[in-house]
Amino acid sequence: MEQTKTLKLVPELSDEKLKELYKQMWLIRYFDEQVDQFFAKGMIHGTTHLAVGQEATAAGACALLSDEDKITSTHRGHGHSIAKGGRVDKMMAELFGRTTGYCKGKGGSMHIADLDKGNLGAMGIVGGGIPLAVGSALTAQMKKLDYVTVCFFGDGASNEGSFHEAVNMASIWDLPVVFFCENNQYGMSGNVSEMTNVEHIADRAAAYGIPGVVVDGNDIIEVINATYEATERARRGEGPTLIEAKTYRWKGHSKSDAKKYRTREEEKDWRDNRDPIKRFKEDLLEAEIATEDELETMKKAAKQEMDDAIEFAQNSPMPSLDELLTDVYA
Amino acid sequence: MREITYLEAVREAMSIEMRKNEDVFLMGEDIGVYGGAFGVSRGMIEEFGPERIRNTPISEAGIAGAAVGSALTGMRPIMELQFSDFITIALDQIVNQAAKLRYMYGGKGKVPMVVRTPSGSGTGAAAQHSQSLEAWVTHIPGLKVVQPSTAYDAKGLLKAAIDDDNPVIFYEHKLLYKTNSEVPEEEYSIPLGEADVKREGTDITIVATAIMVHKALEAAAELEKEGISVEVVDPRTLVPLDTETIIESVAKTGHLVVVHEAVKRGGFGGEIASMIAESEAFDYLDAPIKRLGGVETPIPYNPELEKAAIPQVPDIVNAVKETLTKKAVAK
Ligand SMILES: Cc1ncc(C[n+]2csc(CCOP(=O)(O)OP(=O)(O)O)c2C)c(N)n1
Repeated sequence: MEQTKTLKLVPELSDEKLKELYKQMWLIRYFDEQVDQFFAKGMIHGTTHLAVGQEATAAGACALLSDEDKITSTHRGHGHSIAKGGRVDKMMAELFGRTTGYCKGKGGSMHIADLDKGNLGAMGIVGGGIPLAVGSALTAQMKKLDYVTVCFFGDGASNEGSFHEAVNMASIWDLPVVFFCENNQYGMSGNVSEMTNVEHIADRAAAYGIPGVVVDGNDIIEVINATYEATERARRGEGPTLIEAKTYRWKGHSKSDAKKYRTREEEKDWRDNRDPIKRFKEDLLEAEIATEDELETMKKAAKQEMDDAIEFAQNSPMPSLDELLTDVYA
Repeated sequence: MREITYLEAVREAMSIEMRKNEDVFLMGEDIGVYGGAFGVSRGMIEEFGPERIRNTPISEAGIAGAAVGSALTGMRPIMELQFSDFITIALDQIVNQAAKLRYMYGGKGKVPMVVRTPSGSGTGAAAQHSQSLEAWVTHIPGLKVVQPSTAYDAKGLLKAAIDDDNPVIFYEHKLLYKTNSEVPEEEYSIPLGEADVKREGTDITIVATAIMVHKALEAAAELEKEGISVEVVDPRTLVPLDTETIIESVAKTGHLVVVHEAVKRGGFGGEIASMIAESEAFDYLDAPIKRLGGVETPIPYNPELEKAAIPQVPDIVNAVKETLTKKAVAK
């Protein structure tokens, strides 16, 4: 009898859950590809940062979080928001500046927050969310709540003072927080090797006396496993972990980026050979967790959800000018 | 004369100074092959190399501190802060070190550095990328603060800022980068602390800064059709402030409207209004001074709300008319 490969998953995850994650990765990709098009057509204004190619980090890191668990997000945060249970219709409405959006049209792409789902929000200040995650973990510790906080940030952000101060504080207080670095190789135009002098961002964990873990950020299974171990450690009161997930953003930094700082060959290599969705699909098929047809159904469902979201966003009302003065003070 | 954009004018001023003086260099995030977030330094790395067009990690406090240290020891750094909002991160170095060192040391040493940074709203980048925080830095003795409104002014003022032996915060407005004006090819300097009367008039003075200079000029053109003659004064530098030109103008017109994009409360308009109230021009005022500024909210993302958050041409037109119809209480 032929042996089927099994997924080397540490936590127990049902086949259904894994298929849902596959759908979620497509939802993240469709969302950002859609946003890219709307920008090109001038249907969305402002600025935006797309995470196409980074679907496995968001989906994997949030796979085992409950609604009570928290995340802090970044300027490149659409994927985090979706992975933490955000609704794509309310997200798209936000990008269209509509009242039905997550922030009533006041925040836009860079500031989507969904406190009910534990998404403490996306930050336009690089590194701005890192100390905030520490504060959220401090609440959990002081109030004896058993939620964990997963803090997303980029390789570039790890050069901000806020990163170093925050990780140090979380470490000395054994706070239940996971520092999750999405190393997509670039901070805007600066390659990580030019901007840091360590091989891995995770190596910096040693300076703060916490574990540092490097994973392939385009392999959702590795991401799930590492995050699971880190969150379990945090829940046991043993303190923070620094996870570094190596990944790649397929698109430019933001809408106006000629990408002169990298080669087209490099981009092609990541697209063609390390697509996180394609890889997960192969894993699911090989392990006989899902059939080709089932996965196609999931993908189509994601597409449908996006189409509905766009319709919802476009048909939603604009805020009235009175909204300008609301929400300034609580 | 040839016309170039505000953005090109800033680049030209930096390039001229760097060609002349080896001590001048540019430091900041993504200023190399990327050419800076707004493209101001595009092409400069090809001419000056990565040593002098120094790409930094994303570390605003570190960059500002390195600028202070290198300035104190003989260099003339220009640092680019990608968005003026991020000055919050660099503020310790700017406020507690750059502005203070020479004074604390009893006149020993100097800190000749320029912090160049884009400010203002209008790009849909929402609350953390759209602020106008210039009033904050004007509060700190030891700093100079510049806000050019045209390409011509940008080039001349940046030269003066680079030549200055003190830390200068140089605010560039994002929406002005693509605006043109006549700019001579040769180098010239506009002294810090010299206001410019952008339009002469006799009925009312508008003191406006940065992008509001252009809105004030538009408003003035509209008001002219109704027979109202508006004088528009652009201070160009907030510190040092050319109080004389403003006082003279107000003494002539007897009316003052101050317009800036920054939030009105605690904004620099209050400073100009108080300065006039303390001066001899007060006696010439025929009506109360009017201040126009941003609404007291963070800048919202939605484009209509964003527009409503800062003064627009019709607001300025109305403010002028209101001021002109109000009679001062008989003295
Ligand atoms: C404090 C601050 N500095 C600079 C910027 C401009 N900026 C926005 S994103 C970015 C690059 C961030 O790189 P990284 O943290 O690696 O995240 P990535 O964009 O790669 O996801 C920069 C420099 C900012 N928004 N905030």
